[in-house]
Amino acid sequence: MTASVARSASASSGGGSAGTARRGRPDRWQRSTQRSLRRSESLIGWAFVTPASVIIGLFGAAPIIWSLVMSFQENNLLTPNTPFVGGRNYQAMLHDPAVTQAIEHTVVYTALFVPGTMLVGLFLAVAMNRKLRFMWFYRTAAYATMAISTISEAVVFIWLFDPSYGIVNYFFSLLGIPQQQFLNSPAEALYVIVTMTIWGWSGFAVVIYLAALQGVPQDLIEAAAIDGAGPWNTFRKVTLPLLSPASLFLAVWLTINALQLFDEVYLSTQGGPLGATTVLVYYLYEQAFENFNFGYASAIAYLLFIVILVVTAIQFRVGRRFTYYRS
Amino acid sequence: MTTGELAAAGLTARQMAGRRRRLPFSPWHLVLIPATIILLFPFLWLIVTSVETSSEALHFPPDLTPHVIRLQNYPDALAAAPFGRFFLNSAVVAVTTVISNLVLCAMAGYAFARFRFLGRGALFIVMMTTLMVPFQVTMIPQFLITKWIGVHLLAGAGIGHIGALIVPNAATAFGVFFLRQFFRTLPIEYEEAARVDGATRLAVLWRIVLPLAAPALATLAALTFLDSWNSFLWPLIAINSTNAMTLPLGLATFQGAHSTEWTLLMAGNVMSLAPMMIVFLIAQRYFIRSVASTGLTGV
Repeated sequence: MTASVARSASASSGGGSAGTARRGRPDRWQRSTQRSLRRSESLIGWAFVTPASVIIGLFGAAPIIWSLVMSFQENNLLTPNTPFVGGRNYQAMLHDPAVTQAIEHTVVYTALFVPGTMLVGLFLAVAMNRKLRFMWFYRTAAYATMAISTISEAVVFIWLFDPSYGIVNYFFSLLGIPQQQFLNSPAEALYVIVTMTIWGWSGFAVVIYLAALQGVPQDLIEAAAIDGAGPWNTFRKVTLPLLSPASLFLAVWLTINALQLFDEVYLSTQGGPLGATTVLVYYLYEQAFENFNFGYASAIAYLLFIVILVVTAIQFRVGRRFTYYRS
Repeated sequence: MTTGELAAAGLTARQMAGRRRRLPFSPWHLVLIPATIILLFPFLWLIVTSVETSSEALHFPPDLTPHVIRLQNYPDALAAAPFGRFFLNSAVVAVTTVISNLVLCAMAGYAFARFRFLGRGALFIVMMTTLMVPFQVTMIPQFLITKWIGVHLLAGAGIGHIGALIVPNAATAFGVFFLRQFFRTLPIEYEEAARVDGATRLAVLWRIVLPLAAPALATLAALTFLDSWNSFLWPLIAINSTNAMTLPLGLATFQGAHSTEWTLLMAGNVMSLAPMMIVFLIAQRYFIRSVASTGLTGV
């Protein structure tokens, strides 16, 4: 670049109308320099992006196409070839009662987990958004739930909710509630998993809401108080709308994660009892890596993908109406 | 303050009565203390059970404090499963993944932020598309590709080896996007000045850009580490031998084999949880800022 500037400067210093004409139409030397510069930038650009692109392309992008192709094939590792079967996998899926059931479980789980986590997170964050003694301790307790792995979380909750020796049943007995079967009961197991995951995600929700609360300008709160609004009204009419971007983010993020629930189910109930906790991804896993029905599992994966896309799009659509962004 | 002091401060009896009616501490503590107990109880119960005798653990109603502290559960758990090995595998996988992500995503992110090259836009769109797709869609082909690599290219990166946990995650579209966004906020003048002084592109990235991007790199490192450390589904699919298991998978197998030996299970969980907890408590501000930033930049 520097060279071409010097060259055109020396050309114009040649003076006269010839110089102006030459400046308007760069000579061949200059053009080839620019081209080779651009080419070298292209080359170095590709050198920089290639390693990451190979990894992401091979393990992220190509599998998207491959699994789409697989979803139209019969691929069960038993037969050597994988013939195309058109939409048969998708058709089978629509008539598979297990899929319907898995969708039901996933919807129930998501409908309880997402609002539950948001409410717990909001409540804790509001309580923790003040200067008090021991506040660091309270906050750390909430954050600590983020550091626990799902396996430890699952093991502890299985133990807490153990039907025979679990401490939750002991607390229930103190309150005069009869002993429950919890994870052994088809009617209760999913709710135990909801409780467990709300606990596990509460720290995350607290972090997001606390960060948003710290962005709420104090003068707005004071102005509302001066105008005679009580604490509850101030919270509802001032704080909550200012938190709406964080709420939208949490709703979307938690929903995406809820629709993909797997680890906790695998570790606590393996989809049981009697399939009561078989959510969509668990069923997908069973089909793919226990029955090795790769074709059918791919179709389920695409169903999941479409469900996530649609739900997220709706959340953004609806959410935008209730979301207030300060400029 | 005593009543005398308040009177000395010139307060009337009415005002003093008002003071007295109020709690000596903020009422928020009454909310926060029970909430904290609920949040911490699973951790407490984990530790309590891990030092109980098994007959005491299997006693109903449960005792909130164990009568005998039995630390022998810890050596017993270590003897029952190779936790050291699991831990080492997890650490190797997480550290390698973090380093390769920092290097590869920084290079790619920088190129996307600053260079013009043929196909840049198309490549970027392809990368961002992979961000939207859930892992469950790609996991079957990823399994098949990893298997193929293990058979034909590099055995150490194939199914059953810890390489299979590193290579597919060695760079992520999220990391590239995240760093690109950050690099674009940096003033370009420093980089131009260094270029004029004859620094190569790589030197500019290494000496000028990366030091300025330290907070973003730290955030990416923290998020990648957490992700890798807690990852479960992919190791479950890709690893089949005890030797190559990471902590979550090893613990799950341990749980399957000793599902009724609660004291042993809890001791194993405490041991695998402790290092992460310590790191988390030390670098707490750091992790929190990283997690909060996903929310603030997310939507």
